[in-house]
Amino acid sequence: MSETFVLIPGRTSKQGCGISEGKFKENYQREINTLQVASEDMQRLNLADGDRVRLTSEAGQVEVAVTAAKKGELPTGILFIAYGDLSSRLMAADTHGSGMPTSKGMDVKLEKIS
Amino acid sequence: MSANADTTSTASSGELKVVQDAACTFCGCVCDDIELKVEGHTIKEAKRACVLGKAWFLNHEPEEGPSCRIEGQPATVDEGIERAAQILCDAKYPQVYGLSDSPCEAQRKAVGIADWIGGIIDTTTSVCHGPSGMALQGVGEVTCTLGEVMNRGDLIIFWGSNPAESHPRHFTRYSLMPKGLFTPNGRKDRTCVNIDVRKTKSANAADIFIQIKPRRDFEALWTLRALSRGISLDGDLVERDTGVPLATWQDLMDRMKACKFGVIFFGMGLTMTRGKHANTEALLALTRDMNAHTRFVVNANRGHGNVSGADNVVTWRTGYPFGVNLARGYPRFNPGEYTTSDTFARGEADAALIIASDPMANFSEAARQHLARIPFIALDPKETPTTRAATVAFTVATYGINSPGTVYRMDDVPIPLRPAFDSPHPSDFDLLSKLEQRVKEIKAAAY
Ligand code: SF4
Repeated sequence: MSETFVLIPGRTSKQGCGISEGKFKENYQREINTLQVASEDMQRLNLADGDRVRLTSEAGQVEVAVTAAKKGELPTGILFIAYGDLSSRLMAADTHGSGMPTSKGMDVKLEKIS
Repeated sequence: MSANADTTSTASSGELKVVQDAACTFCGCVCDDIELKVEGHTIKEAKRACVLGKAWFLNHEPEEGPSCRIEGQPATVDEGIERAAQILCDAKYPQVYGLSDSPCEAQRKAVGIADWIGGIIDTTTSVCHGPSGMALQGVGEVTCTLGEVMNRGDLIIFWGSNPAESHPRHFTRYSLMPKGLFTPNGRKDRTCVNIDVRKTKSANAADIFIQIKPRRDFEALWTLRALSRGISLDGDLVERDTGVPLATWQDLMDRMKACKFGVIFFGMGLTMTRGKHANTEALLALTRDMNAHTRFVVNANRGHGNVSGADNVVTWRTGYPFGVNLARGYPRFNPGEYTTSDTFARGEADAALIIASDPMANFSEAARQHLARIPFIALDPKETPTTRAATVAFTVATYGINSPGTVYRMDDVPIPLRPAFDSPHPSDFDLLSKLEQRVKEIKAAAY
């Protein structure tokens, strides 16, 4: 079973602090490797905090742990992840003549893997 | 360049040093009111810094290990410079990239190197506010400094930007809370509107939150442009396209027309999403439209500490802000063709000089794979996926903490850096000066 979502990668203060602490350290790695999902979507897809899902975009595929987004922060159908290695792997290379790959608002398929 | 000692004082113990008015370069706010307490090579306290600024200052200790590695093996800086110069001079299509966390003086050297090797100079602007730079060239930009925002702004709109997490002192130091000349009551004199696809922490600080559909910024902005001119719109269509009722947009437009000094701060919610420069062009044009009714300005919330400096320096030197090809001896600007993400992903660049940025973590898979295949040089204060993969990796002093220079705040106001202590590693400026000198010698000998 897979379902299509819109993925919004973005900055978080934890990710920002993690850059200063060191990109190979735990805080940064945990932040960029956690996907936020609206709690309504979590319930509907029978997902619990820490479950792993596979995200597939037109450019790539990653596996990531999920956590419920803060209440009211994410509308259903939208996923959030802190900028980092995983979000970049899902980004297509084409910049449409702008120099900027489409790094936000990507269509991704989500499927539960554990 | 030597460290600025004017504003530092050493306690009688000789151990504790206080640096007044240090500038934090973690984000584009470049807060220059930070008080640092320094003991040896450790910053013990960073007064007035936000959570990101504290992490920036308090985690800073010079990296252990050598200042240079060649193919992973320790080397002297001179050996590294020699190898780097040879790589760059042998290349046919070299790319110089990064620069947004480096002072203007070092950026200037990097442009010089790109010129000498007939390469491309590009900065991280191309993957953050590059589309804003393109829009600016198309329709201009009505803007002002953050000081004017503080003193005059009574309607503050954030669009696709979440400063509560990315620029935590934005609200308190510049845009919402401070008491200004024409805003004597601070926050009470301002209305704050937040427009985004999700209800971020910044939305909680706003009086009005407008949640639009993802990828519909362009439609929303043109809805406002139409309303600014009094054009009647089909309510059903507007709601279907933007996810927001027409009445909400009309209410916002009424407020925009009625305010005395409106300010729109925008972020990568506009530049990184479908539409990119078409989105930012619509926003800059909307701001221009609003000046038929009242005073209105727009500012990009820039991310890195000196990304605005990079735009300024590259523009002074070449006439264009980023993605500039100097191969023919004169500058050519073409986003999409000369921008780094593209030249890497298409497999075109045959060598690279990466300064203070991490494309191995932030670029698309195709771009990363190509970078891994070509010889490249990386300069960074910390170990990153990019420095790990570099042919020649230099560990450098951290700007603002160890090395001096000038940075440009997000509103293009230049700010001097006041470093806290010396680093055992060379600064970007020192290294790039040496590299430029060696490149010049090799090129001169080849004539
Ligand atoms: S808002 Fe930005 S510049 Fe100011 S202290 Fe925080 S991270 Fe540093």
